[in-house]
Amino acid sequence: MTSANTGTEMGSFASRFNLQQYVVYLGFLAIFLFFAFMLRDSGFLTVRNLSNIVLQTAPVTIMAIGLVFVMSAGEIDLSIGSIVAVSALAAAVTIASYGMAAGIVAGLGAGILIGLINGALVAYVRLPSFLVTLATMGLFAGVSRSMTDLRSISVTNEAFTGFFGSGSLLGVPSLIWWTVIAITIGHLVYRETRFGAHVLATGDNARAASVSGISVPKIRLAVLTISGGLAGLAGLLYAGRLQAAKYTLGETDLMTVIAAVIVGGTLLNGGKGSIVGALVGSLMMGMLNNGLILMGLSVSDQMIVRGLIILTAVAVSLRDKSR
Amino acid sequence: MNPSAPILQLQDIRKHFGGLTAIENFSLEVFPGEIVALVGDNGAGKSTLVKIISGVHPPSSGTITIEGKPVTMSNATMGRAHGIEVVYQDLALADQQTVYMNMFLGREPLNRIGLLDRRRMIAETEKLVKELDVRIPSAHATIRDLSGGQRQGVAIARATHWASKLILLDEPTAALGVAETARVETIVQSLKQRNVGILIISHSLDQVFKLSDRICVLRRGKQIGVRETRKTDKNEIIAMITGLQQQ
Ligand SMILES: Nc1ncnc2c1ncn2[C@@H]1O[C@H](COP(=O)(O)OP(=O)(O)OP(=O)(O)O)[C@@H](O)[C@H]1O
Ligand SMILES: [Mg+2]
Repeated sequence: MTSANTGTEMGSFASRFNLQQYVVYLGFLAIFLFFAFMLRDSGFLTVRNLSNIVLQTAPVTIMAIGLVFVMSAGEIDLSIGSIVAVSALAAAVTIASYGMAAGIVAGLGAGILIGLINGALVAYVRLPSFLVTLATMGLFAGVSRSMTDLRSISVTNEAFTGFFGSGSLLGVPSLIWWTVIAITIGHLVYRETRFGAHVLATGDNARAASVSGISVPKIRLAVLTISGGLAGLAGLLYAGRLQAAKYTLGETDLMTVIAAVIVGGTLLNGGKGSIVGALVGSLMMGMLNNGLILMGLSVSDQMIVRGLIILTAVAVSLRDKSR
Repeated sequence: MNPSAPILQLQDIRKHFGGLTAIENFSLEVFPGEIVALVGDNGAGKSTLVKIISGVHPPSSGTITIEGKPVTMSNATMGRAHGIEVVYQDLALADQQTVYMNMFLGREPLNRIGLLDRRRMIAETEKLVKELDVRIPSAHATIRDLSGGQRQGVAIARATHWASKLILLDEPTAALGVAETARVETIVQSLKQRNVGILIISHSLDQVFKLSDRICVLRRGKQIGVRETRKTDKNEIIAMITGLQQQ
């Protein structure tokens, strides 16, 4: 029995070891060392700069958790950027007249509601999530613009901005708390619950899941709702940190989130993914942003470099799949 | 319990798809520990019959009786609740998940705090794999890393684990090579000792004669007849399948 167990462990280690599993950590390390060396005199390695990176990536990390669930189920959510803006604006407008609690409900509620709409159209009307969320991305980008006539709404409620942005607890900034809590819960749900297993099975082989008694439509509805809710939370974090909400919030996050998730080892076609990987992917994207700015690259050059890195990540991800 | 009572009884089963009659007047009994082979040409209605028994397609008329109790089923979950398991032609495995997760797909055991009980899934998978002599590297192996025969072994092991009454196998060796076919046949034969009823669909008459106790022939939805395997021969079965007299 002992020898059989050892065999099992060896087998599991061998089957789990592949390049894709570790590329995110290696990539993270490589980029970190590169910047640490290149920018040693530009303040990259200061505690202040490094903690800033973590604070800035919090909303992207939160969205990435939702997208890991969505992509693992074989779907995609392109609307998260628009949800961020709608949620942040809904919260900001509501806080001004009804206070913090109502603002949180409005912000999260908007995200969950849009997620439910996406999910219902995908699960029960059986439209492809790519098209549904492409449409709602445009639709709610319009809604966020018309909500406040393109104006920025400031958020002055200090309890709110402390809770979601600049505050801290036990000396740890609240944005780091949000990141740690969301990653921990997300990882547990994804790896250790029946729901997580059913999400993976659905993305892997929907027919097999269905004949095994898994309600595939419910899983599709659930993952898109989770993604909407988490994008709503990301909207609250932006509003809290910037003490304002505007339709431009989240506008450019979609590509960063998708990149973080894919670099983190989640397959585009579903059936396999990692929440912790998405966190590392998100930090890597944040570090890249920060380092490229410190290096003095122009905005267009930053975009080109980031695009190339995403391409590399996708190539590695697909290479593993066809193994 | 009476050992000679049938585990499954089908009486006057009919199935229409719109105007098409896929199955007419089908009646069959399957006993515990017995292997019944279902043969017939392409489109004869064999897979449809499996879907009727497993609950995927409710019959248009007729009765299904399991251990003496008439049942009505409207989906596969209800078939499974009655102790009926199916090894589908495409296996219905989640390729990127582990063997043990596939074994428990949709029925994962939970521990005291409500999280997946992986230790139990792995232990039970290893035990079953050993019992059935399915040669896979480990319970942790990913399905896509397995050979066709190993996958088939996993699908059969899963059905065996959950079936308390009846296992339906839809062409379990259609895609396999000679050696892997032999292995699957050995596994199917070993299932008899578990005292469940087995209904196997196959286009290989050699296999049918090797494995089955009785053979049921279907032609264009009609039941042509049931024969005891040791009292018939290939010529008779071929004549029944094709509707042409031999010699
Ligand atoms: N869902 C369905 N809707 C309409 N017709 C169907 C459906 N399923 C099966 N049929 C028809 O019922 C008949 C029997 O099909 P079935 O799949 O049971 O054949 P089979 O005996 O399993 O054939 P094969 O050996 O090729 O697998 C065929 O004419 C088929 O077209
Ligand atoms: Mg068939």
